[in-house]
Amino acid sequence: MTETSEEMSIRMIEINNLVKNYGTKFAVDDISFKVGKGEIVGFLGPNGAGKSTTMNILTGYLSSTSGEAKVGGIDILENPNEAKKLIGFLPEQPPLYIDMTVNEYLNFVYEIKGCKLNRERHIAEIRQVTKIEDVKNRLIKNLSKGYKQRVGIAQALVGNPPVIIFDEPTVGLDPKQIIEIRNLIRNLGQSHTVILSTHILSEVQSVCDRIIIINEGKIIADERTENITRVVEENRRYSLKICGPQREIQNLLQEIPGVISVELTGERELDSYTYIVEAEKGVDIRKPVFYVLSEKNYPMIGMEPLGMNLEEVFIKIMDMGR
Amino acid sequence: MFAIYKKEMRGYFTTPLGYVFIAVFLAVSGFMFAVATLQSGTSDVSGYFQLMIFGYIVIVPLLTMRSFAEERRTRTEQLLMTAPISITSMIMAKFLAAFTMFAGTVLVSCIYYLPLFGYGEPNVGKAVGCLIAMLLIGMCFISVGIFVSTLTESTVTASIGTMAILLGFAVAAIFNNLIDTYFIRYILNWISVYSRYVNFTNGIFDIAATVYYLSITAVFLFLSVRIYERRRYA
Repeated sequence: MTETSEEMSIRMIEINNLVKNYGTKFAVDDISFKVGKGEIVGFLGPNGAGKSTTMNILTGYLSSTSGEAKVGGIDILENPNEAKKLIGFLPEQPPLYIDMTVNEYLNFVYEIKGCKLNRERHIAEIRQVTKIEDVKNRLIKNLSKGYKQRVGIAQALVGNPPVIIFDEPTVGLDPKQIIEIRNLIRNLGQSHTVILSTHILSEVQSVCDRIIIINEGKIIADERTENITRVVEENRRYSLKICGPQREIQNLLQEIPGVISVELTGERELDSYTYIVEAEKGVDIRKPVFYVLSEKNYPMIGMEPLGMNLEEVFIKIMDMGR
Repeated sequence: MFAIYKKEMRGYFTTPLGYVFIAVFLAVSGFMFAVATLQSGTSDVSGYFQLMIFGYIVIVPLLTMRSFAEERRTRTEQLLMTAPISITSMIMAKFLAAFTMFAGTVLVSCIYYLPLFGYGEPNVGKAVGCLIAMLLIGMCFISVGIFVSTLTESTVTASIGTMAILLGFAVAAIFNNLIDTYFIRYILNWISVYSRYVNFTNGIFDIAATVYYLSITAVFLFLSVRIYERRRYA
């Protein structure tokens, strides 16, 4: 990667040849990357790819087998207490004391982090940005999953650390909450360096500047988000739901110029069938499909572009690298 | 460190645990005190303390079983271990909180001595010596409990494991008169928390025993720190 802006030259996170193995199993296998100030980086990978392990090493929870991890230029193993002051961390499972109220909990976090800010105001601010003001005096164990997750995020923000690390921040939230959390992360990105992990492609696309894809403990891509998005959008597959005789419709679709293949999914409801149509690169088949079908009077009751799954993206991206 | 201490202390009182500990402690000690002094017609409290050592085997694990096992089970240890505090201060804070609970309850139970003054002439110096020995033994037991708690995620395993080790400590020398070999007897006597206490019952403030209790405490707290450090590499 080439650094473009001046900000990027300030390295907030630096990981060099990081390895973590459990016996013969490598959870993280020789990973290196750098994150500049003010970047939002997404860690993308399937479950068990090594995302959490990397984050746990970076935050000082686990030790690496070899290699180094630096935060703000401070090595996490050599000078853990100084490095940890720079990090706000939301682990995969929010570390909540369920017998405390939200306020008690945030105050406790404030104390163990040894913060020296205006406590009342700082905590009130955090409650406000994470939208937990209305539950501040409730016991954490009585909160819903979404609120618990937000308290977890609030905890990471205490002390205003320059580096924020979120491990799967939107897991288990409903769609509305997911959007709120993503907006929050985008806002944080303006003044913080953020790393977040996820196994959902659209999530990193919507909030991150840069995407690091990890699989089986290795980095397989480290790209600007635009580049990854371009790769993903090359995909031209649609799921069509059409009423009418399936054999005939399949033939009709097949004859449209630009169509590579037509498959039946076997999904049907009343008189309609669902087809998967793949088009050639650079050809928009949506209009021709509509006209052909309307001419024959076969109503199309649904059309949606198919996203790529993570494995397909991996393959595409690895091809792109060659 | 103070923040964790405060959190632990609050934890004892916002959950039933602290109240259960105090209630069980006072009930058991009250009963034993009555048996050992009032019913036996003596104002010598050293027998009561001797009995209480066995009481502690059951009571102390109540205080320590949760300390780390619970943090590990609920993953809150991740918060503590990624916060800018050292593992040593984290363990010391939990140890001190448990000891505060223990010492506080022991002091409350001192009320028991008052009636003795009405019936006889208790030896105050000896009682104070025994009391100090009790606090030292409590320290020892708590450090064992903390250590076992760092080993497991389950509070039940932690409490039963602690009881087993404490029982071993306490009864190590009990079968000594059945053993012929002097060497083995010597070692068992050396290990036994109970045998070390004997001098205190005779009104002697035993420096060697004090050092022994403090060393056992230090060893187990050190082992707890090591367990935590090692876990990061596992």
